[in-house]
Amino acid sequence: MATKASRSAARLMMAPAVILLLGWMLVPLIMTLWFSFRTYLPLRGGDKGWTGFDNYVRFVTSSSFWPAVQTTLIIVVGVLIITVVLGILLAMLLDQPMWGQGIVRILVIAPFFVMPTVSALVWKNMFMDPVNGLFAHLWRLFGAEPVSWLSDAAMPSLIMIVSWQWLPFATLILLTAFQSLDSEQLEAAEMDGAPFAKRFFYIVLPHLSRAITIVILIQTIFLLAIFAEIFVTTGGAFGTRTLSYLIFQRVLESQNIGLGSAGGVYAIILANIVAIFLMRIVGKNLDH
Amino acid sequence: MGQIELKQVTKSFGDVQVIPPLDLTIHDGEFTVFVGPSGCGKSTLLRLIAGLEDITSGHIEIDGIDATDLVPAKRGLAMVFQSYALYPHMSVRNNIAFPLKMAKMDNAEIDKRVNAAADVLNLADYIDRRPGQLSGGQRQRVAIGRAIVREPSAFLFDEPLSNLDAALRVGMRMEISELHAKLGTTMVYVTHDQVEAMTMADKIVVLQAGVIEQVGSPLELYRAPRNTFVAGFIGSPKMNLLTGDEAAKHDAHTIGFRPEHIDVVESGGQWQGTVGVAEHLGSDTFFHIHNTGVAKILTVRAIGDVSLKHGDTIHLTPRASEMHRFDAEGLRIV
Repeated sequence: MATKASRSAARLMMAPAVILLLGWMLVPLIMTLWFSFRTYLPLRGGDKGWTGFDNYVRFVTSSSFWPAVQTTLIIVVGVLIITVVLGILLAMLLDQPMWGQGIVRILVIAPFFVMPTVSALVWKNMFMDPVNGLFAHLWRLFGAEPVSWLSDAAMPSLIMIVSWQWLPFATLILLTAFQSLDSEQLEAAEMDGAPFAKRFFYIVLPHLSRAITIVILIQTIFLLAIFAEIFVTTGGAFGTRTLSYLIFQRVLESQNIGLGSAGGVYAIILANIVAIFLMRIVGKNLDH
Repeated sequence: MGQIELKQVTKSFGDVQVIPPLDLTIHDGEFTVFVGPSGCGKSTLLRLIAGLEDITSGHIEIDGIDATDLVPAKRGLAMVFQSYALYPHMSVRNNIAFPLKMAKMDNAEIDKRVNAAADVLNLADYIDRRPGQLSGGQRQRVAIGRAIVREPSAFLFDEPLSNLDAALRVGMRMEISELHAKLGTTMVYVTHDQVEAMTMADKIVVLQAGVIEQVGSPLELYRAPRNTFVAGFIGSPKMNLLTGDEAAKHDAHTIGFRPEHIDVVESGGQWQGTVGVAEHLGSDTFFHIHNTGVAKILTVRAIGDVSLKHGDTIHLTPRASEMHRFDAEGLRIV
């Protein structure tokens, strides 16, 4: 893109895509903002006009708001910790030369290709069902009382399901990072007298830091919005109501579009705070 | 102290034996260079000494102690890698201090040693930078610094100069030689560059396919190569090796003359041929000569600038006293 003519031609060519994307984003955003300032009850009189910040106040003062924020953060942080730690361990294993490496790697990545709804249903019905689930059978094999996972331990179960889905992603990114580590660095550290654990913390982990930040950033963006897993397992009950699930309930179960839209705006703000925070860390880590 | 002894050492990768039984003694304070074409096992041999590879059979003794089963860190050796292997997220200071920190030395002593190493290697100006901000030569110095601070009984260098440009390589060669003179520590140096070997070594070990072809001082190897491989490998440009009738005249299978031992004469030389490529270096001129009838190409050195052009006829007389003779197995005939 050297000349003036080619630059303006490029702009012209890109314009449709840019305008389409902007429209795609801006129209729902503006509609959400618009509805959030109105009392809009589709089954109870429709659009009843301007209410100012009433919806915003109602949404935050509702007794379910802070627990929902807390639930969201617990799921995000819990899944992040599990996927990063297990991802590092799995990547380390997969990095070892072994027989059938290609097939094993594909199998490890497989969960990522399963749709969230499907994987949550599989977990719910095949593993966690208190009567016929595999876990129930396993528990009974050892003479224990089967656990009703999704009601007695709803949050851990949910975190487990979501972690299972995201572990392949973390493993894959971390595996490529492992493979880019110069083996001479590890050998140098070995000669310098660093035992395995110290080699890991002084050489391997700093090398992985960039990949770990990327995993955290991308996963956080997607984890803030998980919905299908909650919808098909607990339906938001037993303390698994996240912010996005709360918004869904306000709009569709309470049929209050104005209130739900206000929640949506809060969710946008929350996501942006997290994003700015993460971008700073990433920026710092990507510099070096 | 830094005497390294290899006794009947072998190394196999799977079914492939890369190092057949090998004996070698490296004396304390010696600058030993392993040289050979790529794939000759010289780096493997160095890694066996370092402990980064396990030997398949045999023994390695360092200072009289059996080190065969010792982990690398316990052998008291320091290694400088081809890629330098600096830790990219640590400053130069922390890179150099790393082995001392691993040895749990106290901070005052670490600072003292790091500063001393920085002085020796002129690192002080960039001691707080990271490796990514340094040039190749500077990184090389840091890698050497990291080796020095441990005060090892021997240094191992694995082709340390191969990533540097030509000018820097000559400079670093001098610096490493200086360092050896200053420290007096045993150094084992691996290279494929025979010029590096000739200029730096006290003792050269020429390797081919894992076998030691000859061990000796640079001039011993130059004057009396034990076989045709060493004769062809040591010396630049290569020795002219002639077979057939010309060699038979001297009761040998192969005879060899170094380019500097064939004189260019005005007329009536023993051989004559056509000048091919001429390499003018100023102080010397190297001619590649065709159609001599004794070998496909002869390389000849003429001192100074000799005005012979491509296609000219040249007359040559080899110095009989500088002839190397080899038998059918390629071994030197004394």
